[in-house]
Amino acid sequence: MSEQAIRERMSGNEAVAEAIRQVNPDVMPAFPITPSTEIPQMVSTFIANGKVDTEFIPVESEHSAMSAAIGSEAAGARTMTATSSAGLALMWEELLLAASNRLPIALTLVNRTLSGPININCDHSDGMGARDTGWIQIYAENNQEAYDNYIQAFPIAEDKRVHLPIMICQDGFITSHAVENISLLPDAPVKEFVGTYEPEEFLLNPGKPIAVGPYSISAYAMEAKKAQAEAMENAREVILEVAERFEKMSGRKYGFFESYRLEDADYAMVIMGSAAGTAKQAVDELREQGMKVGILKIRVFRPFPEKEIAEALKNCKAVAIMDRTESYNGNCGPLGSEVTAGLYRNKVFLEAICYTYGLAGRDFTTDSVKGIFDQLRTLVEEKKPIPHNQYIGLRTRK
Amino acid sequence: MKETLEIRWHGRGGQGAKTAALLLADVAFMTGKNVQGFPEYGPERMGAPITAFNRISEKPIRVHSNIYEPDYVAVVDETLLKSVHVTDGLSKDGAIIINTPKSAEEVRGDLAGYEGRVITIDARGISEETLGKNFPNTPMLAAVVAVTGVMKKEDFFKQMEDSFAHKFAKKPQVIEGNMKALKMAYMVAQKA
Repeated sequence: MSEQAIRERMSGNEAVAEAIRQVNPDVMPAFPITPSTEIPQMVSTFIANGKVDTEFIPVESEHSAMSAAIGSEAAGARTMTATSSAGLALMWEELLLAASNRLPIALTLVNRTLSGPININCDHSDGMGARDTGWIQIYAENNQEAYDNYIQAFPIAEDKRVHLPIMICQDGFITSHAVENISLLPDAPVKEFVGTYEPEEFLLNPGKPIAVGPYSISAYAMEAKKAQAEAMENAREVILEVAERFEKMSGRKYGFFESYRLEDADYAMVIMGSAAGTAKQAVDELREQGMKVGILKIRVFRPFPEKEIAEALKNCKAVAIMDRTESYNGNCGPLGSEVTAGLYRNKVFLEAICYTYGLAGRDFTTDSVKGIFDQLRTLVEEKKPIPHNQYIGLRTRK
Repeated sequence: MKETLEIRWHGRGGQGAKTAALLLADVAFMTGKNVQGFPEYGPERMGAPITAFNRISEKPIRVHSNIYEPDYVAVVDETLLKSVHVTDGLSKDGAIIINTPKSAEEVRGDLAGYEGRVITIDARGISEETLGKNFPNTPMLAAVVAVTGVMKKEDFFKQMEDSFAHKFAKKPQVIEGNMKALKMAYMVAQKA
């Protein structure tokens, strides 16, 4: 209940560590990488101080971290890990195994760009690189959402209808290292909300032996993949059910995405992560000047809510779709591709411009947002054609 | 005062500008405000110029970009005046607070024509006198609180004393020196 809320201030990494302390998972294999290093570091401190009884496995690489996570989750233990950037890339092969073996591992991803050039700052290239590995992906705007999403992760992933691993993402440094206000929940209701992990089948169950990850012949392998795809479909209803239950506990409402002043908007922006907060501020300022603008902030990227997005955008005249990653595909980023495809398939036809922004920590400001909305307005009102794919915030030659 | 107070810190890696920004966020939080304290990360190395930021507001803070038009700027290392454009975007109704033994008139020439208030404070001198070491961030924090008026003097001292008692639980002998540094710096900045 909201009267139990604890007023605090902490960074996004501290917020996730706090959620981990409250959930007290059984096992955490991890290898450190900036900017997520603080999370296993803080969990190690909790363990040393007897605050949790999690088994911490120090490993020699992220490939081993995910391998150990697969082993322990298959054995029947609630398992989590944390990583960023190249760490997630090194896990890639194992990410697919975790998903196809239907292991509800929770990974907290602190988004950082992939090399090169080598850089430690935020973009979404790491998470987007893993978008088709079969993991549920949920993104956060700030420390509060990172905390809230983490608490919801286990009930979503472990649900019998789902049984899939889940990635809880937040923006490296921008939220992971920024100290901001947060409203925490007391330990007891969080523990009750998450519950005890009771897998139906697991390796260390002598009464019911199973094999995990055996070879599957072509006569059966395709059905396994289809079953996995159906689990991702099932995740939709489970994510919404868990969000509803979370709202009853916390008073905070979550869905597939957040619509901000979108109901009567002529111009919309689809955006994900910390930049959505900046965009909301710009929307308020533009609304004061009489411009009808709104934001659709993606929370759940996998499974992708294409129907709901199309429905939310159907009355707009133009939409800017913002990707914090470069796909090098000669087209546009993943959000750009998937949102436009979703609009078309749901027969919602409007101007859609794809923008690439914020790569490798490039700052994204309220002025950037206003400039984009102004482009959409001139496109619609003055019929002035603009490129369908653009970069925002590049250095200009003086 | 406008809705959100924005402060930019300039320092060099290892001097504690980031810590000062996080401490300011902490004390402002304690007095009931919404806060944001964050550094800009580059290739971290001792001595390289770094920037840290604070937003302090009665309302929830949503913007997640750096600060380009700050109300106040704090410079923890005066050698930065020659190499970094510390007054960029700084409101002329605000102020710049610089750690230097020099007077405001002596440094004004290095401030790219900045027309607002210039406050100098010998944070190094104060730190060495009270703590026996050069830890300029504590006196700089006090100067920033005094100049911005972001909270009441009594609240600030009370919160800092609690926070030092917590931070230095294992070496309480340094609490007195730190409080002395804070109070000295606060007085100097208030008079400036």
